[in-house]
Amino acid sequence: MTVIETPAPTTPASHAPAVIDPVVAAREAEARQKRITSAQLYLDGVHVSFDGFHAINNLSMVLAPGEMRAIIGPNGAGKTTMMDIITGKTKPDEGDVYFDGTHDLTLLDETKIAELGIGRKFQKPTVFESQTIYDNLLLALNVDHSVRGTLFWRGSRAESERIDKVLETIRLTDSRHRLAGNLSHGQKQWLEIGMLLAQDPKLLLVDEPVAGMTDVETHQTAELLKAINRDNKTVMVVEHDMTFVRELGVKVTCLHEGTVLAEGTIDDVSTNDRVVEVYLGR
Amino acid sequence: MTPHFLTRTLDRSATIFLLIVAAVGIVIPLSNLLLPADSPLQVPTYLMALFGKYVCYAILALSIDLIWGYCGILSLGHGAFFALGGYAMGMYLMRQIGSRGVYGNPLLPDFMVFLNYKALPWYWYGFDMFWFAAAMVLIAPGILAFVFGWLTFRSRVSGVYLSIITQAMTYALLLAFFRNDFGFGGNNGLTDFKDILGFNVQADGTRAALFALSCLALIVGFLVCRAIVTSKLGKVLIAIRDAESRTRFLGYRVESYKLFVFTLSACMAGVAGALYVPQVGIINPGEFAPANSIEAVIWVAVGGRGTLVGAALGAVVVNYAKTVFTSGALAPYWLFMLGALFILVTLLLPKGIIGTFNAWSESRKASSNANADSAAAEDGVTKPHLAEKA
Repeated sequence: MTVIETPAPTTPASHAPAVIDPVVAAREAEARQKRITSAQLYLDGVHVSFDGFHAINNLSMVLAPGEMRAIIGPNGAGKTTMMDIITGKTKPDEGDVYFDGTHDLTLLDETKIAELGIGRKFQKPTVFESQTIYDNLLLALNVDHSVRGTLFWRGSRAESERIDKVLETIRLTDSRHRLAGNLSHGQKQWLEIGMLLAQDPKLLLVDEPVAGMTDVETHQTAELLKAINRDNKTVMVVEHDMTFVRELGVKVTCLHEGTVLAEGTIDDVSTNDRVVEVYLGR
Repeated sequence: MTPHFLTRTLDRSATIFLLIVAAVGIVIPLSNLLLPADSPLQVPTYLMALFGKYVCYAILALSIDLIWGYCGILSLGHGAFFALGGYAMGMYLMRQIGSRGVYGNPLLPDFMVFLNYKALPWYWYGFDMFWFAAAMVLIAPGILAFVFGWLTFRSRVSGVYLSIITQAMTYALLLAFFRNDFGFGGNNGLTDFKDILGFNVQADGTRAALFALSCLALIVGFLVCRAIVTSKLGKVLIAIRDAESRTRFLGYRVESYKLFVFTLSACMAGVAGALYVPQVGIINPGEFAPANSIEAVIWVAVGGRGTLVGAALGAVVVNYAKTVFTSGALAPYWLFMLGALFILVTLLLPKGIIGTFNAWSESRKASSNANADSAAAEDGVTKPHLAEKA
């Protein structure tokens, strides 16, 4: 147990200020003044190509604060690339990507974007396999992430309570001291969702959360995501499983060849001629 | 704070390790100084110097394990930091010779007189003072590591590419230090030392003190490494090792962590080099040889990476073997044996000596507790797990 009796150290959960590039600062200030959009996430005319392959083609999409959105689309539609752009892993060749209407995400790196409050669950569950479930969540907590902060870190009751709460939500309380590498595939998916919760972001990007899950687990995951969304968090879910998307009961965006093909309720989208054509490959 | 810190830092193997090092650091010098030379228990001076060398290598191995075993940075150029620390100490020792050199020049070391230097190069200033040289032992490798790390980690150079660049770095330094006009004695390096802090470096008492100091440095270095790897920072380092981009997406500035630990590790290697030089009596550019750095990585692999204790053990075991095998008829084949050792360890003991031992003792513990645990484990297995099995 890492529970420490002493009260939380007085250091606030502030994020270490990253090196501020004057150009970035100026553009951020400009954007903040303009407040381009009231959307939580705003993508406009985004283009990305890799060696001539247009992975993302004039992609525009808007997520309102507190909205949950499901993204569907065949393989190679650009779903993961879109998440790479939002999280700073890939820089778009063209187009605007704004978070909270003020932060130009195309100028920031992964660390900065994560600190703004964008969390990501990867398609292939990526947890720290050689560490315990508890430590995985501890690492994910949105507390001081600076070198000095972690070197002199001492646990606080508030932190361990938050972790306990997440453990309960993802039903891993009893396995807290097991190594993450020993979890089943489904449990790893849940642990990664738990890490997102510990990160407490404003926007969650969830890539294929139910891949490799049974029907029961899929149902539980849908319930979990809905609960997270009710907690006033914006959620973007990429998923192939139509039953799952239907269960979420939210607006659906269908991507194809890096652009939005259709948008609407699941019934609208799944009866859309072009979507059917794309999925069935004619 | 302190009790918590201690229980966290000192687990069983760490305590055993520290006790052994402390015992060695006390017993060997005492036996060398106090027992009569004909006593079978007396450790002769040459042997103490040899062990002292091993202890310095153990510190170097520890510094490599900190970055490789815990943060996944495979440096194949750590010998460069070791050698820089050694040169800093060597420069101090050279300036202590004063007018007792062959040419009797009160200011210039012999090699400078020989090479027709008219004045002392500016970068030799200050090395007549011990505190300055001691600071340089940390600063010179530290600055090189900081600049090197800042450039490479920020550009996200990692894996095998980083390893190759570290090799190039140490090779470039090797070539530079070989040059006579570089001002560090060319290929002869620095030698013929007389005094350290007023004591004769050849005297048994000084050698015993240096040996004890090396053991103390190993203990301090070990404690620093343990404190780091058992802190939350240590968890972040392991996270970076296992899933670097995941760590970034959690909001950690990976390059800062790497830079911190790499620089610290270089300073440790510098200390090891500084203690090594007065004990072996010479420092020359050969210490920068890329092969030396690779050898040091092999020590860590043999002992067990990511265990700290294993790194120190590996350094002693491999170097002892080297001493034994290079002094007999097998001498020409030592490098083949070293290569074979690395291949065999990689194939048969991928976790190294300590890593394998730990895994074995854990599995034994687990099987003896199996009955008690199985009930609890069944409860611990949540629905998804069962569902997936079915």
